[in-house]
Amino acid sequence: MMMKWRGWALATGVLAVSALAQAAPPTAAMLSNACAGCHGTNGGSAGPTMPSLAGQSKEAIEVAMKKFKSGERPGTIMGRLAKGYSEAEVSAMAEFFSKQKLYPTSQPLDKAKIAKGASLQESNCGRCHIEDGKEGKDDTPAMASQWLPYMQMQMADYLSGKRKMPEKMKEKVDPMSKEDLDALLHFYASVK
Amino acid sequence: MTLDRRSFLKLVGAGAAGAASLPLIGQAAELMPKSAKRVVVIGGGYGGTIAAKYIRMMDKSIEVVLIERNDHFVSCPFSNLYIGGILTDLNPLTIKYDKLAANHGVKVVQAEVTAIDAAAKMVTTSKGTIAYDRLVVSPGIDFRLDEMKGYDAAAMEVMPHAWKAGPQTVLLRKQLVDMKDGGTVVVTVPLAPYRCPPGPYERASMIAHYLKANKPKSKVVVLDANPDITSKGGLFKKGWKDNYEGIIDYRPAKKVTEVDAKAMAVMVEGLEEVKGDVINVIPPQRAGQIAVAAGLVGDDKNWCPVNATTFESTKQAGIHVIGDACVAGAMPKSGYSANSEAKICAMNIVALINGKETTELSGINVCYSYITDKDAVSVAGVYTVKEGKIIAVPNSGGVSPADFSATKTEAMYAESWLKNILTEMST
Repeated sequence: MMMKWRGWALATGVLAVSALAQAAPPTAAMLSNACAGCHGTNGGSAGPTMPSLAGQSKEAIEVAMKKFKSGERPGTIMGRLAKGYSEAEVSAMAEFFSKQKLYPTSQPLDKAKIAKGASLQESNCGRCHIEDGKEGKDDTPAMASQWLPYMQMQMADYLSGKRKMPEKMKEKVDPMSKEDLDALLHFYASVK
Repeated sequence: MTLDRRSFLKLVGAGAAGAASLPLIGQAAELMPKSAKRVVVIGGGYGGTIAAKYIRMMDKSIEVVLIERNDHFVSCPFSNLYIGGILTDLNPLTIKYDKLAANHGVKVVQAEVTAIDAAAKMVTTSKGTIAYDRLVVSPGIDFRLDEMKGYDAAAMEVMPHAWKAGPQTVLLRKQLVDMKDGGTVVVTVPLAPYRCPPGPYERASMIAHYLKANKPKSKVVVLDANPDITSKGGLFKKGWKDNYEGIIDYRPAKKVTEVDAKAMAVMVEGLEEVKGDVINVIPPQRAGQIAVAAGLVGDDKNWCPVNATTFESTKQAGIHVIGDACVAGAMPKSGYSANSEAKICAMNIVALINGKETTELSGINVCYSYITDKDAVSVAGVYTVKEGKIIAVPNSGGVSPADFSATKTEAMYAESWLKNILTEMST
């Protein structure tokens, strides 16, 4: 009952006064601020294994949360947390973070790997990881300036099969060496 | 509210020298005259820093004054890793307040708050009085020493609590390093609720981790007043069995009520004496002393009841209490809860000051505990309000997998948890 009410308010953007609580249902900011303890203020992460959410597309976050919730995407606490939100609440949070500016990280990266990654990225990944990874096609996450350790952990999950790769990604990744893949991650991490 | 001399001295924490350096109540000059709308925040820890920052982020027209007695803050989360020798100093756990001032215009006042006058909306500090429109009290915890006979300021220097991070943490670490191999470390756990439910068990783990590698003939005796481990119980039990068999001796339902610092012994319910070479007494707790003095605690005389939307005290209008000191329903007394509560409180204070509608709570808790230097376990929860009470969203949250399949990954996430939450508090 309460969730329905909230869902309606979120979906329509109408400020509803609940007669019981005399407070509006949680806004996008109310919901999203709670994430910032781990993902950084406004979704700009300072922790190398936690991804920045700032500047991700709404669709990318929605799909990620859906997959965490169902267990399709492996996670530790994210599956447990995702189960605490309705679809409408997830959409509100996804929109909140999509409106934040991409967070520029400053992290130690290998220059040679960046250069190698730069030469590989356009032809291999560029169709989905658009604009040097600053944007993503459909639900493809933005990777520009993302933390390298986080991306390396995700790539390890992809390669081990723990996390399922999209078909088109698998076609490109399968023939590549681990060195090439690591170079690509260095490149994306370096994009400001 | 005024204080008589006795409770005033109690409040400022003893020492004639300490009291002499403070202006007398009633004679204190106004420290900073108020022109705009002003929120005063007491306490620069996990709750207070975030409340101050987020109010300024949401409404720059509100002046925010953060009052903290120290010029820095040391995090309790991760301080057990220092005690276990995994961290070599407290620097990664230490934040300062300069960037909160520079980035957000928070006015930071280093002073001791000695009184709160809810009717006059005035805080008295060691440097003078400060008026407010709304007050956020985030004082953390103090100890119920009347329930731990013999545990006075001198005894704390012999049997550290290390439940407020800083010199006490360093003292406990030093005692462990100085202890002979074959020694016994005693950790006492108070009845819940207390700050950081899994904290005592993580501490036992970290002490055992140190002893196993450095003093293998030694052991840790955990005297727990609770009938069982209060948080992540199954995970700690498995972690101890896998790693510290014969090192950790866990004894439930052993409530320590008395200590003898000279004899290096603690008494369970005044009956059973347990001796130790190093004794870590974690005493029963209540809201920080200023919250007690200001009449913010409830019928239990320990914790502060609050409105589940605004965190406004149900005892004193215009005063909001967040963090360990408040009663937040299903949200545990953790650093992350304090962070989440601070943002909820900040958003609703901004609404109240501007005459706007308040917003229902949505909160999160995320808490990691280390079992070894490379293994950590977690508990996570999402919170909502139902019929005026904060509850966990049904069918969400929970603890790490029981098979320890994620402990290595979670240890890596835990490090970033610390980095992010301390960065939030200090930038």
